[in-house]
Amino acid sequence: MRRLVSGNEACAEAALRAGIRFFGGYPITPSTEIAELMAEELPRVGGVFIQMEDEIASIMAIIGASAAGVPSMTATSGPGFSLMQEGIGYAAMTEVAVVVVNVMRGGPATGLPTKGSQADFQQARWGTHGDHPVVALTPRGVQECFTLTLRAVEISQRLRVPVILLMDEFIGHMREIVSFPEKVEVYHRQKPRVAPSEYIHYAPDNNYNAPYASFGEGYAIHFSGLNHRSDGFPINDAPTIRWNNERLRAKIEDNLAYLEDNYVDDDPDADTLIVAFGSAARSAYEAKLLTDKPIAYIRALTVWPFPDATVRRLAKGRKRVVVPEMNEGQLAREVERCIGTDTELVSVTRNDGSMLTPKEVLEALR
Amino acid sequence: MRTEVRLSGRGGQGLILAGIVLAEACGVYEEKEVVQTQSYGPEARGGASRSEVVISDQQIRYPRAYDPDILVALSQPAFDRFAPQVKKKGLIFADSFYVHTDRKDVILMPFSETAREELGREVVTNVLMLGVLSAATGIVKLDSLKKAIKHRVRRAFVELNLQALDVGFKLGQEEWRKRSS
Repeated sequence: MRRLVSGNEACAEAALRAGIRFFGGYPITPSTEIAELMAEELPRVGGVFIQMEDEIASIMAIIGASAAGVPSMTATSGPGFSLMQEGIGYAAMTEVAVVVVNVMRGGPATGLPTKGSQADFQQARWGTHGDHPVVALTPRGVQECFTLTLRAVEISQRLRVPVILLMDEFIGHMREIVSFPEKVEVYHRQKPRVAPSEYIHYAPDNNYNAPYASFGEGYAIHFSGLNHRSDGFPINDAPTIRWNNERLRAKIEDNLAYLEDNYVDDDPDADTLIVAFGSAARSAYEAKLLTDKPIAYIRALTVWPFPDATVRRLAKGRKRVVVPEMNEGQLAREVERCIGTDTELVSVTRNDGSMLTPKEVLEALR
Repeated sequence: MRTEVRLSGRGGQGLILAGIVLAEACGVYEEKEVVQTQSYGPEARGGASRSEVVISDQQIRYPRAYDPDILVALSQPAFDRFAPQVKKKGLIFADSFYVHTDRKDVILMPFSETAREELGREVVTNVLMLGVLSAATGIVKLDSLKKAIKHRVRRAFVELNLQALDVGFKLGQEEWRKRSS
């Protein structure tokens, strides 16, 4: 059925369809509609919505709910996302499935509440202290707000990781014609198949689709943000620390094929490659259509882990790579890391709350 | 073909709702490709506000108006800012009560005055304006707008808005008859 739906509405609808049954949040423009819809709809499906006192409490509440077995989510924007960083790191360390939606607005600080940006791209990767991999997805329109919210919930449950959905104001408040599927497949976390006495919460093979227990199911779970052994109790010895860090890393690195998601429009005659994500990719693709030159194009839907290998392969032998984005050049850094020195990097940035125009990208393609 | 419509004025004039109704009418009931976007400040009323609808028969990549075909301005600041951005041979509709201009190519329409005088409520200026657009530009059918209003407007106000739409449609028809004769 054709419907006119906004990005924020699509995100909330997908979250409910994906089985999210707890939302702890603190409303902030431009993400507020997600919280509003969840507040309205969750009680109708037996779920719980709590407006917490701030974003620190919000992230900790969804970690608690998820550890108790309930698929959980929050939604915020820049200032709230900053406050949530410690909690996101805690979720990574304790291996709890949560989805954090960040509808990016202009910054720094309280910045531009009603205007968009892509300025939290690197923050999503490096915002927490310590060092652990993250998963972040970026939709370019309303239909993808739906599909990527579903996917964010699924990844979080399969890998027991926090997953960040990087939307932005342009997309959150944009309405497009969409047609959502009548049925969606939902992955439910596996229950442990061993007796409580044999259960290890952080088992070495606890990776893709691994079973894990929730609080209240009769299994002993020790929960700590301190570096820990497989039973969750804190440790201080180097080999165990390495073992645990390696687990966190392997969860992402061993599953790159599952996580990677790009839209690629290659052209063997093109000497120019565009690399973009999210709303800036729309301006970029429009520019690609407006020029008569052959242009190769890659749009990352999963931005973290970054698609290093794909960017490297597509950039190889090309004269230049054009990177349009709405921040001060954060994606360009990542692309530069992947391409050789023989390829020129052209960074096209805009960071004033307005959408990059096709014309601005077109100039770089000349 | 890509048609870009920009509805502009002050916060509180219902421009975002008008954009949603127009987009839904074209996109859902006439099965065209549409994208509706908006831009407004942090204040609830009084600041600058605009809503844009891009209508196309093809997939829409860039969602904003960058070469507007149709501008509606319901305030002087909106008119001053956006009128110069309309494409050549584009249409500019401005509210005759709130906007003053010497430009002869601007279509000054009594949107807010008619809403006040004929419907007793200035608040329906937005929907009345959509009726005018439908009659004067043909970008959307009256019937599609009616369906969208029934879906998007709170039930208690549907009747009033449908009246406003009809009044606007007639106003647009008369204006166009005058212009073409």
